[in-house]
Amino acid sequence: MSGPAASLEVSSAERPVAVRVRALSRVHGRGVQQVLALENIELDVRQGEFVCLLGASGCGKSTLLHLVAGLDQPTHGEITVEGGQPAVMFQDAALFPWLTVSENVAFPLEMRGMARAQRAQRVAELLELVHLDGFAQHRPHQLSGGMRQRAALARALAQDARVLLMDEPFGALDALLRDRLHDELERVWRATGITILFVTHNPREAARLADRVVLLSSRPGRVADQLEVELPRPRRMDSPDVALLAGHLTRKLKEIIRGGARDENDEV
Amino acid sequence: MAALATRTMKSDRRAAPEALAQARTGAAAAWRRAQGPLLAVLVALLIWELVVRSGWKPQWVLPGPAPVLRRLAQEFSSGEVLAAARITLGRASAGFALAVLIGTAWGVAMSRVRLLREALAGLIAGLQTMPSVAWFPLAILLFQLGESSIQFVIVLGAAPSIAVGLVSAVDHVPPLLLRVGRTMGARGFTLFRRVIFPAALPGYLAGLKQGWAFSWRSLMAGELMVFMADRPSIGARLHFARELSDAEGLLAWMIVVLAIGLLVDALVFGRVENSLRAKRGLGEDV
Repeated sequence: MSGPAASLEVSSAERPVAVRVRALSRVHGRGVQQVLALENIELDVRQGEFVCLLGASGCGKSTLLHLVAGLDQPTHGEITVEGGQPAVMFQDAALFPWLTVSENVAFPLEMRGMARAQRAQRVAELLELVHLDGFAQHRPHQLSGGMRQRAALARALAQDARVLLMDEPFGALDALLRDRLHDELERVWRATGITILFVTHNPREAARLADRVVLLSSRPGRVADQLEVELPRPRRMDSPDVALLAGHLTRKLKEIIRGGARDENDEV
Repeated sequence: MAALATRTMKSDRRAAPEALAQARTGAAAAWRRAQGPLLAVLVALLIWELVVRSGWKPQWVLPGPAPVLRRLAQEFSSGEVLAAARITLGRASAGFALAVLIGTAWGVAMSRVRLLREALAGLIAGLQTMPSVAWFPLAILLFQLGESSIQFVIVLGAAPSIAVGLVSAVDHVPPLLLRVGRTMGARGFTLFRRVIFPAALPGYLAGLKQGWAFSWRSLMAGELMVFMADRPSIGARLHFARELSDAEGLLAWMIVVLAIGLLVDALVFGRVENSLRAKRGLGEDV
């Protein structure tokens, strides 16, 4: 572990583990067309920690997230998630278009069997938390992309899961909006103490958000390196520290990709 | 480079759907919407009149629009149209309701059970190509000349369309919505009722609409074939008119058939569809 602004944080290492991944492999396809998407992944995410999975497109980071979410089954290995089913957010907000914003946020509450009166109160709280109060009766198509993602965040938080998985949730938004949502996410994360596992291919985003960045190699996806980020919060995307760290992460990522390419050439 | 630049500009130019929707409401918009169909009706009447004037058929076989419309007005004011429509629409709604029940249950079963779906796919395709008139001899054999034979054929005509509409709508539900539903704890029938079915609703509605068209056609065939003298339905009036070589009456009652089909399509299905599309912000009409 080297580079600027990266050092080992002791306090987080003492917290109990919220997501434990052991000897995880995932093979896609069968026979000749088999592709080893993930190989022998070992990963611990501690309670309340914000971990970014950083890797090139197609490196299997989304596969890993889907496995942790229980949306896909591993070929080998084990995954344990504190508190059972984690909440998930995708690049597409995937709100239900036939429900209003508040009905969308109420959906997981209803699935958990919460009474109507309590539900209404909780929905109001959550919408306030993501700054969407006043849009409760809107339909998803009436919201902007950023507002949709905020509604999706409120809905994910309504699951009351201990772990939140995010699959490039701001990938489709413009830079300004993304910056704003980073601020909001950081605020919500601090207010709720939820554990976040966040997939991104953007080193700046990882540097902006993460307590720890896990770098994945491509084909097969392996944990290539890990980096604790000790920059003070709240951070800014355009601060020199974040930019410096992002540059460092970019170089590391390039090394990993080049290393992977060299491996492939060796095999030939 | 130039091509790239124009593409970027285009994608930035997004119209606000709310503003468009507001502009479309109001009398002016209603008039604008009515212009097209009105023009079509006028053109049809004109062609009709021209054909009659060409002397292709004698007037007592093919009368022109004026006497037919006069006759239609007469049948209306005497209350005959409403009386006949009441009988026919009563049959139509009873038969269609039954078809919706059966078709929906059928579609749900097929979309949930793979084996059932594979087994029934061929049967449904066969049923859909079968002209409904071809069922009447069997229906009459089974149920005699009566309401039940008509209902039987309506259900056979409409239920497959409704089932197929539901199955294909369920197939086209975005997988992401299913994933989201599952991670939020919706499983099994709850997932179907709360996520899959609402997501499939527009496609299901399209199936219902098609089912209605089929049942209306089957019903007309039925009223002409399963003819009950004591029940002056629209089909019975057509039958009478032909027996009496009453060409004006025949054409007047045909207009009634056409008008009812169009009205139900526009007032029932059109409205439901529009409100559903508006709620979900789906494609504003071009």
